[in-house]
Amino acid sequence: MYEKNGEKYFIVDSHMHYWNAAPDNWVPGAEQYAKGWIECFHAYQSLGPKETHWPIEKFQKYSEDDLMKDVFEDGHVDVAVFQPTYLKEWYKEGFNTTERNAALGEKHPGMFIANTRFDPRDGDLGLEELRRNVEHYGSRGVKLYTAEWNNGSRGYQLSDPGAYRFLEKAQELGIKNIHVHKGPTIWPLDKDAFQVADVDHAATDFPELNFIIEHVGLPRIDDFCYMATQEPNVYAGLSVVIGGLMHSRPKFFARVMGELLFWVGEDKMTFGSDYGIWEPKWQVEGFVDWQMPDDEQFADYQKLTTATKKKILGLNAARLYDIKVPDEYQLPAEAGTPAAKDDAQLVAGQ
Amino acid sequence: MREDVLTALSAVRDPELDEPITTLGFVASCTVSADGQARVRLRLPTYFCAPNFAFLMVADAYDALVAIPGVRTAEVVLEDHFASDAINAGVAAQAGFVASFDGEAVAELGDLRAQFLRKAVLAGTDLVCRPLIAAGVTPAELVALTLGAAPQSAELDRLRQRRADLGLPAGDDAPLLIDPETGAPVALGAIPLHLRRARVTQAGIDANTSMCSGMLRYRYSAG
Repeated sequence: MYEKNGEKYFIVDSHMHYWNAAPDNWVPGAEQYAKGWIECFHAYQSLGPKETHWPIEKFQKYSEDDLMKDVFEDGHVDVAVFQPTYLKEWYKEGFNTTERNAALGEKHPGMFIANTRFDPRDGDLGLEELRRNVEHYGSRGVKLYTAEWNNGSRGYQLSDPGAYRFLEKAQELGIKNIHVHKGPTIWPLDKDAFQVADVDHAATDFPELNFIIEHVGLPRIDDFCYMATQEPNVYAGLSVVIGGLMHSRPKFFARVMGELLFWVGEDKMTFGSDYGIWEPKWQVEGFVDWQMPDDEQFADYQKLTTATKKKILGLNAARLYDIKVPDEYQLPAEAGTPAAKDDAQLVAGQ
Repeated sequence: MREDVLTALSAVRDPELDEPITTLGFVASCTVSADGQARVRLRLPTYFCAPNFAFLMVADAYDALVAIPGVRTAEVVLEDHFASDAINAGVAAQAGFVASFDGEAVAELGDLRAQFLRKAVLAGTDLVCRPLIAAGVTPAELVALTLGAAPQSAELDRLRQRRADLGLPAGDDAPLLIDPETGAPVALGAIPLHLRRARVTQAGIDANTSMCSGMLRYRYSAG
């Protein structure tokens, strides 16, 4: 939790990782990709404050102690949601698997939620693995990479029949939250690798599931916003938005936030630090202190209230994951309901 | 001669960011020998920048070089990228994207380029219209405005050029506000939403450009 000027913020970090990208985990023959991938992530870290940059050695493989200190002790986070990324073609044990995350989570009851993943192209075996993971780790969400390669397939659409089979299974198993990576992409050779229209279809057909679009579709924020405004169960995952822009490009950050508040709304935006790319401490503290500038060019963007910030930093995600939030962090009734689905008609009504 | 090459390269844009590769810092080096051999090395913000956009930039740079009178041979090399070998070999052989990524890509990049040109048109509309609106131009006046009657500016020239590239109406009598898909004029009632879409598109491109340039700077400096 974080307290500033007498206000108490319950912090849910809804998008973070515990990876091993050190040379001991590189697949022989794929070293250049494994190395290139983590160096690419490391370049993103450079967009945060200088004093939070890590040497590449630590960045490749940070320890459990590092994570617990950076995220909870220093980073103000109450509950953190692990989002797995497999990349087993490059990393022997995977980059950041459900198992690796959950093993850490099990040592710290109540502090983590271990999401899992699926890939429709894995067929029946994949369905079985999904069932095992949900039963074993109690996952309530999944992280999906639609642009990922798999055995010669150049990615998939969430609207494919194969994907629907997995979404149905996930729902049946009790999964509620579908985090979809729509952002900077691995190996995107096809023109539709970045598109978000597939989420539009799936969100309509699975109204009981929540679709959190991580990185808000960057670099396709416009397509994402236009889609999200029409779908009540589509959310904006702010991983990379706060970490990549708030410090390095405050004016662009203001414009992106202004657009998201307009198109998506404060009930539908969730904070994710993207740790270990960026530590949550400076993001949480900076965001609590942040306000839409008074400058003329931002004049018709919404200003943020304390309630806006409380929702984005934790209350929205807490609701999506049924995390119990103590009374002292709750909003007064007039501040609205976090994660409310009913404000999606903005454009339709214009 | 080197000046000619740099000028030619300044017409090559990152299709996604709609900026010249020269101002983005993507030209790592550029040399021309006395007998007309032009050599250009390009670099990108990350090892995993999208290979389709990378291919377009390398191929466009190559085309720009060979079009210069006096350039006898041209070589464009993309460095430090996961697909450098495929892209460099493909462009050198004039092979096209699909052939360069044998078995991995299914379509040439014309549609991709057009898709991003449409975004550039929408984003350019924001750059042209926001100052007008700030100066008190009403939606009814905007709807009646043509490219020829709108206040002239670099942004307007650029918008006109992007529209022409797409085959959309770009003459003096063409409406300022058009649908970037169809070229049809925008109706009065649709203007607020059209302008909001234009603005979010411009905001997205700016945010993306700023992150890319930040990472490029980090990658090619001491940090």
